[in-house]
Amino acid sequence: MTLAELPLLQQLLLVLAALVLFTSFVLLEQARLVSAIHAFAWQGALIAAITVIVATGGGAKHLYFSALLTFMLKVLLIPWMLHRQVQRLDLERHTQALRRPALVIMAAVALVVFSYWLALPMVAQELTFTRNIVAVSLAIVLIGLLMMVFRPQAVLQVLGFMSMENGLFLAAVSTTQGMPLLVELGVAFDVLVAMVLFGVFFLQIRDSIESLDVDRLNRLTETVENER
Amino acid sequence: MDYLLTFLPWLLAAVQALLYLALAPLLAGWLRRIKARLQNRRGPSLWQPYRDLYKLFGKEARVATTASPLFRAAPYIVFVATWLAAATVPLIAVDLPTAMVADIIVLAGLLALARFFLALAGMDIGTAFGGMGASREMLVSALAEPAMLMAVFTLAMTAHSTNLASMIDAQLAAGLVLRPSFLFALGALVLVAIAETGRIPVDNPATHLELTMIHEAMILEYSGRHLALMEWAAQIKLVLYGALIANVFFPWGIAQSTAPTALATGALVILLKLLALAVALAISETVLAKMRFFRAPALLNLALLLALLGLLGHVILEVGS
Amino acid sequence: MTAVLLTVFAPLAGALVLALLRSSYWAGWLNVAVAGLSLTASAWLARSVALDGEIAGLSFRVDAFNVYLVVLTAFVGLTTSIFSRPYMAHVRETQRTGAGGLRVYHAMYQAFMFTMLLALTTDNLGVLWVAVEGATLSTVLLVSLYRTPEAVEAAWKYFILCGVGIALALFGTVLTYFAALHVLDDPEAGLTWSVLYGHASDLEPAVMGIAFVFLLVGYGTKIGLVPMHQWLPDAHSEGPTPMSAVLSGLLLNVALYAVIRFKMLTDGSLAATTTPQLAGYMLMAFGMLSFLVAGLFLHRQRDVKRMFSYSSIEHMGLMTFAFGLGGPLATFGALLHMLVHSLTKSAIFVTVGHATHIAGTQDIDHIRGLIRTQPAVGWSLLIAVAAIAGFPPFGVFTSEFLLLTATMDAQPWFTIALLSGLAVAFAGLFRNLQPMVFGAAPEGQGPVTANMLPVMTHLALVLWLGLAIPPFLARWLDRATELIAGGHLL
Repeated sequence: MTLAELPLLQQLLLVLAALVLFTSFVLLEQARLVSAIHAFAWQGALIAAITVIVATGGGAKHLYFSALLTFMLKVLLIPWMLHRQVQRLDLERHTQALRRPALVIMAAVALVVFSYWLALPMVAQELTFTRNIVAVSLAIVLIGLLMMVFRPQAVLQVLGFMSMENGLFLAAVSTTQGMPLLVELGVAFDVLVAMVLFGVFFLQIRDSIESLDVDRLNRLTETVENER
Repeated sequence: MDYLLTFLPWLLAAVQALLYLALAPLLAGWLRRIKARLQNRRGPSLWQPYRDLYKLFGKEARVATTASPLFRAAPYIVFVATWLAAATVPLIAVDLPTAMVADIIVLAGLLALARFFLALAGMDIGTAFGGMGASREMLVSALAEPAMLMAVFTLAMTAHSTNLASMIDAQLAAGLVLRPSFLFALGALVLVAIAETGRIPVDNPATHLELTMIHEAMILEYSGRHLALMEWAAQIKLVLYGALIANVFFPWGIAQSTAPTALATGALVILLKLLALAVALAISETVLAKMRFFRAPALLNLALLLALLGLLGHVILEVGS
Repeated sequence: MTAVLLTVFAPLAGALVLALLRSSYWAGWLNVAVAGLSLTASAWLARSVALDGEIAGLSFRVDAFNVYLVVLTAFVGLTTSIFSRPYMAHVRETQRTGAGGLRVYHAMYQAFMFTMLLALTTDNLGVLWVAVEGATLSTVLLVSLYRTPEAVEAAWKYFILCGVGIALALFGTVLTYFAALHVLDDPEAGLTWSVLYGHASDLEPAVMGIAFVFLLVGYGTKIGLVPMHQWLPDAHSEGPTPMSAVLSGLLLNVALYAVIRFKMLTDGSLAATTTPQLAGYMLMAFGMLSFLVAGLFLHRQRDVKRMFSYSSIEHMGLMTFAFGLGGPLATFGALLHMLVHSLTKSAIFVTVGHATHIAGTQDIDHIRGLIRTQPAVGWSLLIAVAAIAGFPPFGVFTSEFLLLTATMDAQPWFTIALLSGLAVAFAGLFRNLQPMVFGAAPEGQGPVTANMLPVMTHLALVLWLGLAIPPFLARWLDRATELIAGGHLL
């Protein structure tokens, strides 16, 4: 089945999925904290939209609920919390450019190709209309991981973590039309608690090293241990 | 009668090519006027670019004593190459005899030829500005060209052809299809077009008083008819990119036969599309500030990234299914 | 069923009450009481499982495999809570944390026990994930309890690394669910382990193979497998000692438990393909790597808790290797090793906690002459380390002997690696241990109030398991072996 034979709604779904991938790249490259938070909120909104479309197309009623959950959590609550913390920590004008951007972006592209390769056996199985999004969702997870490796700043690492969570959610929606509701609620609860704890940690890290550059959290390494 | 039937398409092709020449200053004038309005000025008349060209053609062309013959030849080469490139892009009708050469790689090659001579001419006199402009132009194009080719190849993969006319035909045959790859390719192509035609935020076409100028720096030494040709070529290039974006991504309305009504609709529709694109460009130029030149590569990297994502999106989301 | 609910939810209720309780004196006692209640309920649960085979319902499922881990978890939870009461009082006296910190500590201790027990007893793979993630969330604040820069760093590392790992595990879980939906009619049952296990051979091998890689890397981060182990030594060395004891003794086990459950599904799915042993080989590779690397790192440590956390990585690697090896003998050995390692390692951490209070530091070079200062602590440490290093007649020797025999049988060449790894680890432990327990005590070093009852109990149990495994326990482990490896040993 080619793209042109799909109904318009499902084509829209693919466009949205591609845009989610794009926001992942934006998130990876974004220098300003506040803009990065906005990019994250957009990513959440796109995923909520995808969930709604899958719900309309696939007739899975509980997906409306999880779309609402995503919207509340990923678009409103978590960006709001991060925003407030950034304000409180006086980081609103903080910028931190990505080091070696070309290399990192190339790595991210390589990850996209890799996830496509990995997802092929799944896509090759018989088809529901969302199946080919699985590679995109895996790519978002891996790019989130990449972001956590290359952005040594606590808030950005948290954004990377949360965007990984977004990718996972997209994977669940696209491959299986959403996990059972119980599990979804549990995951959402864990994410929320994690966000609160991250907030606590921002303060703790700031108190201990007077900055949020986690690169400077480097007391505990094997080599230093040796020199002591 | 048979003679007429074979002759007519050729005639149309010639008309279309001439239309590029005729339309180019008009679009430039329209763009200036919209910008002026957005900045609360009255702005010059729509026909001002025609008058400028006319005036320049009438003036004597002064050439520096250090100039080589290349300096004199360059404006003609640039103009002809750009015009030929433009003639390959379908404007009001698709199925013209020129469709055979309407290949995307030919297009890129002709534009590269024009740019090459433009840069050579810029360096020929040996002034600081010319060399600076040429080197900048080369940097921008070195970054823009891969992005453009990649974006265009995304389209070519979808249409299974690098021929512009077949691409447009494939688009029209498929009807309205939302393709993620096209969205990214469009984004990439728009950024490339902005960079290649020297618009804000990469270059400012309205001034040659800035140290950061690119295009204006190269043609600083030209005067008279040489300058007129150079400016005209730049205007044609703008129309070319406009027509490329308008007709490849939104081909609806373009004439698929040589019937008079279809042709009339085609002409009207493309005119509207170009005017609309110009309005969008004017708004973006009013809103955005020109970047420092060293930031321009970041913009073009974004274009490259978009083109790459378009290609990947095509492979993952469309071929994969 | 009541027993299951009581075992699992008593800690949750305890956590809620402890969060509200202001008096840290009573909180310490209540913590012990709740842990005791949970242990009693788990003993009752074990008895019912022994009689009825397995208990299922309300998406809980307790069989021979997890019931023994439930009892072990509840038991170590109780003994550690007994130890932690005076220990945390001492921490409070030395001003390393305040009343609020203690309240967080006690509430989170029980919340952690709840997540552990929930992860063990649930039949739903999604809930398993939620519980294991919950375990990270409940312990991460405890790691940074002392608020030193090192503690904050350790906690951040722990949070981020385990968060990432566990996210990958969720991806694996999603893929498993995806594979299940092809086979099952009822999507709600798609994450129920027992249903999936019944259909394991129908699950799509290509998908399950990929899913298992993600699950192994994800939960493997929690097990502390090399190279995802970076968080483990830091979190163990910077957190309060009771936390190290339960992290090492319980959390690592539960993560390994999750991997084994998924391995059982993956094995069933891959059985008909050309690589039926794929999951096992991956476990063996990761296990062997962790075992050898951690053994070498033991030599470099200057922090006593860090050293023992590397020992934990080493032993988890050994178990992972054994589970990967498969077969009744190796599986039986691994199960036994899980048991004795948990008991011994938590005993070690408790003793080390006392030792650090005596010396006032965690630096190995400054802990000296424990036997002279406080013979009970010194001798306990000596005996416990002898036990963990695999000396007969302790239980660790028995299980390691079984594992070596199984390896000799299945993959003879790995025996050499195992033996040399054990020797390296042994040397690393003892070269640091010897001056700590013997040697001259520094001036002004005095004994501390220490409750050695938990340590004695653990060591006595390990000794007992080494001398003679009681028949009911042997039958119990044998039934678990049958579940996992598909064959009897006895």
